[in-house]
Parts: sequence; structure tokens; C-alpha cells
Amino acid sequence: MSRIIVITSGKGGVGKTTITANLGVSLAQLGRKVALVDADFGLRNLDLLLGLENRVVYTAAEVIAGECPIEKALVKDKRQRGLVLLPAAQNRNKDAFKPEQMKELVSKLAQNYDYVLIDSPAGIEMGFRNAISAATEALIVSTPEIASVRDADRVVGLLEAEKIQKIRLIVNRLRPEMVQLEKMLSVEDILDLLVVPLIGVIPDDERVIVSTNRGEPLVLDERRPSLPAIAFKNLSRRLEGEEEVPFLDLLAAHDNLLTRIRRLFQS
Amino acid sequence: MINELLDKLFQRNVPLTSKEEAKQRLKLVIAHDRVQLNPGTLELMRKEILEVVSHYVEIDSKEMEFSLENDDRMSVLIANLPIRRIKKTLTTTTAIEETKKDRS
Ligand SMILES: Nc1ncnc2c1ncn2[C@@H]1O[C@H](COP(=O)(O)OP(=O)(O)O)[C@@H](O)[C@H]1O
Ligand SMILES: [Mg+2]
Repeated sequence: MSRIIVITSGKGGVGKTTITANLGVSLAQLGRKVALVDADFGLRNLDLLLGLENRVVYTAAEVIAGECPIEKALVKDKRQRGLVLLPAAQNRNKDAFKPEQMKELVSKLAQNYDYVLIDSPAGIEMGFRNAISAATEALIVSTPEIASVRDADRVVGLLEAEKIQKIRLIVNRLRPEMVQLEKMLSVEDILDLLVVPLIGVIPDDERVIVSTNRGEPLVLDERRPSLPAIAFKNLSRRLEGEEEVPFLDLLAAHDNLLTRIRRLFQS
Repeated sequence: MINELLDKLFQRNVPLTSKEEAKQRLKLVIAHDRVQLNPGTLELMRKEILEVVSHYVEIDSKEMEFSLENDDRMSVLIANLPIRRIKKTLTTTTAIEETKKDRS
């Protein structure tokens, strides 16, 4: 049975698309067949983060309009076996799109893929409604910021009302040194407030931005493993059902770096 | 005991860390978002509850608290109504009758 998971948040700019891209690559690295669906109609970005923008010919809009079969619209990632992208329409009227059509698209993909990951647009309007309509699981993304946590809570309420059974939380852009100084909400604080099971914590790291500049999701680079890449990989293993994958001690990792630098200056 | 008291007194003067402030503000706003009650409705509810309770007991209206909080994704209405004294002259039935009279 294929798993259909929406990545959503309420607030924009918290890392939904970044997480969808890295999670997609990482699940494919584990040998799974993964289809990524960009449900952010009109503000297509997932193709860019994956570095596939030049290979987009058809989009979900042409498939829905019956102008091309779904296989023709899927963009295969040549760097990673088992990973494909269904791009969002960039210029069609996004409000003409309905939940029924999303369900139809996704059920076609579900026949051939182990995972269908749906990258949701921000907000709680029609685009969000479409994105969640086909999903049976949800990953809520929140940063440790007040507005993001509040919006995440709203979205959890809406997903519960839609009877989405499995809802789990990803805390993105955590800055352990700020948490230590009590200048930022900790993961525990966010869990206290939202009461949703945690599935991943991704540190704030400039390498995430550098990798998107290049269109190469961080987890693709297996020669130079980075802390956020390890966090993405752990997230995908937990999604695969490995419950006991430990959470990274981000502060310790941070300390190590500092102590290493200090040692450099001492010698 | 004394230490606890001192701690409490001391804590009052220490400004909250920014994360504590964020957490407290979030608690409040999330509780309200979840039940989708507007402040007007909440105020009306407070008044009516107070009205009913006041038929039986005298409430210290300065010390009373009335708030929405969360308990495990469940919203709870917390009413803390310190009782000054019981109104001895009223039996239960007359209190109820009074309430009915007030309403009509
Ligand atoms: N863990 C992270 N560390 C640093 N920057 C990040 C991280 N996650 C996301 N970003 C940056 O935040 C911005 C918004 O991310 P994006 O995935 O587009 O968010 P959304 O899809 O929720 O709108 C991007 O510039 C991205 O590079
Ligand atoms: Mg996005």
C-alpha cells in the first residue's frame, strides 16, 4: 500500500518545500519509489529546489485537463533512482482546481509509487484544501517562532477535522545556541503547546540555503554529510517505521564545533 | 517553605525570558483559536456564570479568574471564583426561583 503524505504548515516560508525535496531524495535512497507532487499551484518551487526546472514540460494542469497522460508530465530525477516530480501549473487559474481532481491524480500515482509526498501551499484556503484532500498522513512543519507555532496549531485542528489519521510534527530551523540561552522556544515547548508526536528536528543551517541555490537537495551529497542532512535522513527512517532512531543532540554538535575551533586557536 | 517564598518573590522581579514570554502568549492565543470564541462571547459567558453563582454565594469579584486553557489539545474553561460567604438566607429552591424571575 502506498503512503500519501501531505507536508503542510499554515505559515509560509517555514521549510515545507525544502523538507519535501530532501525527504523525497532520502526515501528514494532507502530504495523506495517516491512521487513528489507540487500542490503550490501558481507558485511552483519544488522543481527549482530539486534542480529540475529545465526539464518541466507538462504539469498537473495538463494532466487534469486531459491534455496529457500523467506519465508524460512526471519528471524523473536522473541523479536519484526512484524519484519523480509532478510539477505544479505556474500560470493556470489555480482556483479552477478541485479536491476531486487532486484525489484522482494522487490515486493514479499511488498505483506505481511507495510514497506520494504532497508539498502544500501556505495558508488554509482552497490550495491547502486541495493539497490535503488526498492525504492520509500529514507532516506539520513549524519553526520555533510564535506565528509559525500558532498557525501550525490551526492546521492541526483542520487536519483532525478532515479525519487525517496520522499527524506528526517537524521542527525546522532550530538554533540550539538560542534555545540554550532561552531566547528561542525549545522543541519541548512546542510539543507542550501543540501536543502532536514529533518525527524530526532540523537545525537552522546555511548549507540548506546553499544547496537550494544549486538545486541539489542536501541529502544528495553523500560524500560530505552535514548535520541537517543527517537530520533529514533520520526523519525518513522514522517515517519508514524505525521508531528508535535517536534524535540528534544538536547542542552537542554545536559545542563540538566550538571546541574544535577553540582547540585550533590554542595549538 | 521560606526559600520557596523568597524564590517566588524574587521571580516576580526577574523579567521573563523571551522564550517564556512567547510560550505564555502562545498558550493564550492557541486556547482561543481552538474554541473560536470571540472575547465578547467569553465576557458574556463570564457575566452569566457569575450571575447564577451569585444567587448562592457571594463572590470576590476582584480576585476571580476566568480563562481558557489547554489540556492535551482539549480546551478547558477555568473559572476560579473565590467565595466570600455563603448566602445563608436562601434555600436552593428559592435561589432557582429568583434566577427564573431575573430571566423573565
Ligand atoms: N533548516 C534550514 N536552515 C536554513 N534555511 C532553511 C532551512 N529550512 C528552510 N530554509 C530556508 O527557508 C526558506 C523557505 O523555505 P521553503 O522550503 O521554501 O519554505 P515553504 O515551502 O514552507 O514556503 C528558503 O530560503 C530555505 O532555503
Ligand atoms: Mg513552498
